[in-house]
Amino acid sequence: MFSILSVGPIPEHIAFIMDGNRRFAKKQHLLEGDGHKAGYESLLSILTYCYELGVKFATVYAFSIENFKRQPEEVQFLMDLMVEKIEDLLREGGIISKYGMRLYFIGNLGLLSEPVQDAAEKAMRATAHNTRAVLLICVAYTSCDEMVHAVQESCQDKSDGPQASRKNGFSSLEESQICNGAEPKSCLCSPLEEGEVEYHVEREADLPIIKIGDVERHMYMSVAPDPDIVIRSSGETRLSNFLLWQTAYSPLYAPAALWPEISVWHLIWVVLDYQRKYSYLQKKRKQS
Amino acid sequence: MPRHVAVIMDGSARWARRRGLPASSGHEAGVRSLKELVELCGKWGIRILTVFAFSSENWSRPKAEVEFLMGLFERVIEFELQNFSREGVRISTIGDSSRLPKSLQKLLNKAECSTKDNSRLHLVVAVSYSGKSDIAQACKSIAHRVRDGLIQLEDIDEELIEEELATSCCEFPCPDLLIRTSGELRLSNFLLWQLAYAELFFSEALWPDFGKAEFVEALRSFQQRLRRYGSRES
Repeated sequence: MFSILSVGPIPEHIAFIMDGNRRFAKKQHLLEGDGHKAGYESLLSILTYCYELGVKFATVYAFSIENFKRQPEEVQFLMDLMVEKIEDLLREGGIISKYGMRLYFIGNLGLLSEPVQDAAEKAMRATAHNTRAVLLICVAYTSCDEMVHAVQESCQDKSDGPQASRKNGFSSLEESQICNGAEPKSCLCSPLEEGEVEYHVEREADLPIIKIGDVERHMYMSVAPDPDIVIRSSGETRLSNFLLWQTAYSPLYAPAALWPEISVWHLIWVVLDYQRKYSYLQKKRKQS
Repeated sequence: MPRHVAVIMDGSARWARRRGLPASSGHEAGVRSLKELVELCGKWGIRILTVFAFSSENWSRPKAEVEFLMGLFERVIEFELQNFSREGVRISTIGDSSRLPKSLQKLLNKAECSTKDNSRLHLVVAVSYSGKSDIAQACKSIAHRVRDGLIQLEDIDEELIEEELATSCCEFPCPDLLIRTSGELRLSNFLLWQLAYAELFFSEALWPDFGKAEFVEALRSFQQRLRRYGSRES
């Protein structure tokens, strides 16, 4: 089946919102925790299919900042499960070594407890040299939080600008690209040094210049291209604060199956539909 | 009922092509759909209706089509201005208006001023709009305020960004429900920030065919959904 699909364009990056673990547990008369464990097994299968198919990047929404509002017992359970499963992913013969996978943990990691932060950082260091496939795990993440962080960094850049470049020994030409305009009026940055005035001028109305690219550079997700497809399980059609910026042009699929029920057939169906619309989607992306 | 409904009015050109008509006929038919939707929203107590009339990407369409659309916006707004006042409709525009013809810019300003006290329905028209540009311009304003010492970097939070987005003119800037017609499953750089928790409804109907029945279907679907915002339902 995969060789048939490989004849057509394969998406480079698929993002998953893994919704429905708890509902699955209820349906199967299991404990809630077992629903999440089943969800993990489902994740391993889907990732295997993705990488076998030739998808290079996979992003999963593991834990939103909003999820911290859940019952403390559930939150703690999920944190412990994460530490356990990170170890599992890294083991010899596991999916990471099999597919030469690099791991990124994307989100406001400072919000996580120390054991989880440590496990995440260890996993990122251990896989940093891998190049064949990439798995991005969004944890303590919301898109709005990511954008706040990107805005802060962009503003920091603009207010540090020439100071930072003086410290880093940038050329005056690069400094003039940070400050914009022709007439000497006022400068964005702090006091000028003698002899540098012609490179620190700008038109009042234009400063600070911040473009889409500036914000984008500072996104946590700038380590990967935008997703070609977003799949949300359990039939809910909303993004729930996931990759809002990066999915501006990505089709969203919402199969009714709960996350532990998601199978290779859902993936095949989605990829076939993507291939059918491929040239149209590419045209729309290029216009942007 | 959702308080704020957003619509990506897609499919007018396709509707025209299927009938062997020029794209302009599709857009004109689309205006009729919009009028009906504005009426229904007013009647059913929806407070805000935001419509994606023209994206920043649409500037790359054929010149003749773009010129036609600019002319159509002018004609429709000029024509409807009196109706807006009678129906209690307040009109606002979001997007980069500097790219619009001067006459349209003037008209939009006039329309915004003359309807600003109307309170039955707030119609927000996104023209020459890009969600990413909206966020970038908010970032720029914030950087300005940081530079002027009005705020510190640490003060930058979600609330601050929301205040600087173009949708801050609305009482409830975040749509509860987004409807996109013509079967396309994308947001296409519309209200990216503001749609974080919006219920998305993708309708197969092309925009000129989107009427009361299709709107009712979207509202029914919305009412059946359980909105959790990341926590658990009680």
